[in-house]
Amino acid sequence: MGVAGYLNIAQQLGEGMLATLLIFVLTLVFSMPLGLLVAFARMSKWAPFGFLLHKDAGAVKGHGGHLRGGLAAFQPIQFLAKVFISILRGTPLMLQLLVVYFAPFYIFGISLSKGYRLIAVILGFSINYAAYFAEIYRSGIQSVPVGQYEAAAVLGYNKYQTFFKIVFPQMVKRILPPVTNEIITLVKDTAMAFVLNYTEMFTLAKQIAAAKTTIIPLFVAGAFYFVFNAVVAHVMERVEKALSYYR
Amino acid sequence: MKVLEINHCNKKFGENEVLKDISLSVSEGQVVSIIGPSGSGKSTLLRCATLLETMDKGDLIYLGDYAAKANEEGASVYGDENQLRALKKHFGLVFQNFNLFPHYSVMRNITEPPILIGKRPKEEVFAEARVLLAKMGLSEKEKAYPHQLSGGQQQRVSIARALAMKPKILFFDEPTSALDPELTGEILKVIQDLAAEHMTMVIVTHEMSFARDVSDHIIFMDGGVIVEEGAPEEVIEHPKQERTKAFLCRFQS
Repeated sequence: MGVAGYLNIAQQLGEGMLATLLIFVLTLVFSMPLGLLVAFARMSKWAPFGFLLHKDAGAVKGHGGHLRGGLAAFQPIQFLAKVFISILRGTPLMLQLLVVYFAPFYIFGISLSKGYRLIAVILGFSINYAAYFAEIYRSGIQSVPVGQYEAAAVLGYNKYQTFFKIVFPQMVKRILPPVTNEIITLVKDTAMAFVLNYTEMFTLAKQIAAAKTTIIPLFVAGAFYFVFNAVVAHVMERVEKALSYYR
Repeated sequence: MKVLEINHCNKKFGENEVLKDISLSVSEGQVVSIIGPSGSGKSTLLRCATLLETMDKGDLIYLGDYAAKANEEGASVYGDENQLRALKKHFGLVFQNFNLFPHYSVMRNITEPPILIGKRPKEEVFAEARVLLAKMGLSEKEKAYPHQLSGGQQQRVSIARALAMKPKILFFDEPTSALDPELTGEILKVIQDLAAEHMTMVIVTHEMSFARDVSDHIIFMDGGVIVEEGAPEEVIEHPKQERTKAFLCRFQS
């Protein structure tokens, strides 16, 4: 096969590439902010039964004291976030995509149109990636020294000003390397949309390969992912450089 | 006028009582140094005064306004968030480790708080910041970032940052302890200049001769209590308590 042949395959794959790009962009757009919310939930110290320990800490002993202490320390939001993260990190993404796609019908009896396929793909990816981003954000936020919070507090910054002006920018710088890893993984994971028969590039490549009994389309697909990730790595490197003006 | 009053302050960390019935007051223009061995509670006292820690018992009063007021049982009841934020305008704190914002230039470190928190006009704040930087001998560093400065320079920026909020009282938490010995002089000089301008200050320090020279009043703390206090000549030159004598002995070589 000549150059024209490769170009022909690339052309046929073009539509799929756009679909892949769409999954990639939308997943990032939704999962990155969602991850921040999950990170906040994961760090929540809200204990609605904490009052049980406040007044009569001394009285919490003997029968039932243990239970009461446990209830007082219970942090429901943090607990839910931990469950969310452990399920999404602990089960295959492929399974999660299937659940998101089929659950509305099999559990709730709602039949959804064909357009739901893309929504299900974006939803599944976004929720899954949010769980990973949440833990990356958390590590970044918790690595900002406590002295930064104290300096801001003494100067009169409120919670939001402290987070958005002082902590968030420093967090972003600290998490860039793991975020780059995650984004690169996402580029390759988009291929998993095939389980919902959503025709992104990899699905097309397989179809063409099967129809024409050649593996060339798969090589082209591989090259596509490789170039895509080279661009991602390059962009992220530029971002890291842009933030290297401080330590 | 009392700038700061603390009455019968108690503070526990779990079972460990780190402050036991501490009372102190600071008048306008007064320079008070707190000395004592590590673990004596002096830093905790400063952290309580600057609202970084909450007292368990006692009053905390700035210029007649209560940040915390003891109830009938003596337990500290703090004001709400807005009241406390209003009181924070009265004081500034210089940390041992500077705690400058690393992602901000020197100029932004100094100007953001008065603009963002103090809601003051930009031009005015910038003009004042340049005066402060000149006073600190850092005029040519306004565009620098903290990591490009020496420890002494960073500490001077953090003093300028605190002063830019125009506090009525300035706290120093061991301001020279994180510095190389040859850099402590420049910070002590800045504090001395502020004392000459009658800035009200409370300084936790291990620099005995500095404390003696700069302060009007010295407090010696040990084991969470004020063991001895008074004029510098009395406490440092002629201590009455055995614990004070033993502590000071280690500093005289």
